[in-house]
Amino acid sequence: MNIIVCAKQVVDVSEMKIDPNTKKPILDGVPQKISDIDKNAMEEALKIKEKHGGKITVLTVGPSDAKERVKELLAMGADEGVIVTPPEKHDYYVVTSLLAEAIKKIGNYDIVLCGEASIDLFSGQVGPRLAGLLNIPQITYAQKIDAEKDKVIADRDMGDKAVTVESSYPVVITVTKEINEPRLPSLMQILAAANKPINEWNGDSLASGLTSIVDTVELKGVSMERKNIVFKDDIDESVKQLVESLVKEGLLR
Amino acid sequence: MDFSLSEEQKLFQKTIREFCERELKPISDKIDKEEYFPWELYKKMGKMGLMGMTVPQEYGGAGIDRVSYMIALEEISRVCGSTGLTIEAHNSLGIGHIYEHGSEEQRKKYLPRLTSGEAFASWALTEPNAGSDAASIQTTAVLDGDEWVINGTKQFITSGDIAEVVTVMAKTDKTKGAKGISAFIVEKDTPGFKVGQLEDKLGLRGSHTAELIFEDCRIPKENLLGEKNMGFIGAMNILDRGRTAIGAMSVGIARGALEECIEYAKQRQQFGRPISKFQAVQWKIVNMATEIDAARLLVYRAAYLEDQNVRFTKEASMAKLFASEMAMRATREAIQIFGGYGYTREYPVERYFRDIKLCEIGEGTSEVQRMVIAKQIGL
Ligand SMILES: Cc1cc2nc3c(=O)[nH]c(=O)nc-3n(C[C@H](O)[C@H](O)[C@H](O)COP(=O)(O)OP(=O)(O)OC[C@H]3O[C@@H](n4cnc5c(N)ncnc54)[C@H](O)[C@@H]3O)c2cc1C
Repeated sequence: MNIIVCAKQVVDVSEMKIDPNTKKPILDGVPQKISDIDKNAMEEALKIKEKHGGKITVLTVGPSDAKERVKELLAMGADEGVIVTPPEKHDYYVVTSLLAEAIKKIGNYDIVLCGEASIDLFSGQVGPRLAGLLNIPQITYAQKIDAEKDKVIADRDMGDKAVTVESSYPVVITVTKEINEPRLPSLMQILAAANKPINEWNGDSLASGLTSIVDTVELKGVSMERKNIVFKDDIDESVKQLVESLVKEGLLR
Repeated sequence: MDFSLSEEQKLFQKTIREFCERELKPISDKIDKEEYFPWELYKKMGKMGLMGMTVPQEYGGAGIDRVSYMIALEEISRVCGSTGLTIEAHNSLGIGHIYEHGSEEQRKKYLPRLTSGEAFASWALTEPNAGSDAASIQTTAVLDGDEWVINGTKQFITSGDIAEVVTVMAKTDKTKGAKGISAFIVEKDTPGFKVGQLEDKLGLRGSHTAELIFEDCRIPKENLLGEKNMGFIGAMNILDRGRTAIGAMSVGIARGALEECIEYAKQRQQFGRPISKFQAVQWKIVNMATEIDAARLLVYRAAYLEDQNVRFTKEASMAKLFASEMAMRATREAIQIFGGYGYTREYPVERYFRDIKLCEIGEGTSEVQRMVIAKQIGL
């Protein structure tokens, strides 16, 4: 079973701060990491490989410094990495087009695994777009995957219920965060990852002339400010004041 | 000159940090309060490569460099000092002596089980009447036919009660001091070897500290570790390595306290604002952060020199001395920043404060480190 795991390098949003004046996110010096849910996709790929054998290729569209992050997935157990460098301006259309071209170039695959969405922009578009571009079936929001020899059965998380679906190969599957707990590599695996190949492909050479369709006009943080009102009178009076002020704010009717 | 960690070192750090958050943090309080010994955790640590970090992979170790080992100890001790010491004594001392001074047969025989996390190694130099003056040990080993016969008592031996293998320093030539000492490998359950009392300690309560008693304990001749009468020199070499590691452990405990303080100070309100807005509190925290960085650089330098195979005795002692005393100050200030809450067992800073004290004592007291450094700088 040959598996391609699509993984995105993102800023570690937990370490990101918002400039209080401009409201713009401060990205300088914020560490990068592999988007959390992509690691769940990687873990699922490893489980399938443990069952059926085969090869796992990690694919990322991103700057060449993503190498350090791809290495982490190689340490977890992927066999090979591919980094595709995109043109400077890129949106989901460009990124998924490049992923699709790279997947075709890698070739001979049974499953393409993605996270349901990336933790930075959380659009959830990559998996479905890829399935469309590759013209193969898709299973989104998988919370359980059972890969058999010639078909895959998966439970899709639909919020309050799950829907079990079945597909032939090749197939695109996106997974949820709840599907598993990604393993941590051992120190030995981290050392060994240094010898696993990471290929760098130039985006232009895969598909030239790709331009963004969506223009990001501005990126602004939402700021939450507390009013810090304390009602200090006795309990009955305070409750009355609290209710009154909530009504005034239009939060209670 | 390059102060940055390599890609691998960064990934070790990130992985071990995550491992500790996942596996160790939820039980660190229990380890201290209930003197709980997490056997399962050590098996997991074995799989991660943490039970034989710098031992080459051919003996089952992880084969990482010494700086990476320090990174690991810092991360573990940041979460739990007891686990930090258990790992340190096993890696630096117990395994360290067998790997550094053992024969090929001894390495092959003992290291794979020890590095896998299935069994612990401990290291016994200290005795009731020989601590700082370690060359004055009274335990003896006498060759009788094909066996060494060991007699004496060892004290304060980390993991001594649970270890499968103990390296024991004993006098083989009573007419000589330091040059009459040899090292031996004693296996658990050898007749004549028994565990005495376990210490009831101020801190590091999840780490076992045992008295070991040898009464006509007979071990095979080939269990001599290294050359006869060279055991003390070997032990001093192992202690040099261990000292850097105690430095890393200290940095970890101090960092744990620092992180708690930053979080607490931002959230605790007095006089209508977070106490982190008071300069007096800020400066305490700033001093902690600055000294932690300084200590870490001393630790990394000593470990880097070890990796280069050049002399590092002075640097190791400096790293241990500064880091442990720094961490003592930092954890004391941490309690001050937490105020009354810091004095209770509800918050972890009192644990850091109790745990760190050992780092000013074990593997050579601060006074002994100053003696070593004085000699090294020609006084
Ligand atoms: C939790 C714990 C774990 C330990 N683990 C191990 C282990 O695994 N293996 C092992 O072999 N040992 C171990 N030890 C022992 C430890 O190394 C000794 O406790 C330490 O070396 C100090 O020896 P001592 O306790 O006999 O103190 P002493 O040597 O009696 O020292 C008492 C005081 O006198 C000072 N002093 C002594 N001589 C001088 C001098 N010449 N000049 C100035 N001051 C001096 C000391 O600095 C100290 O302040 C452990 C100890 C503890 C508490």
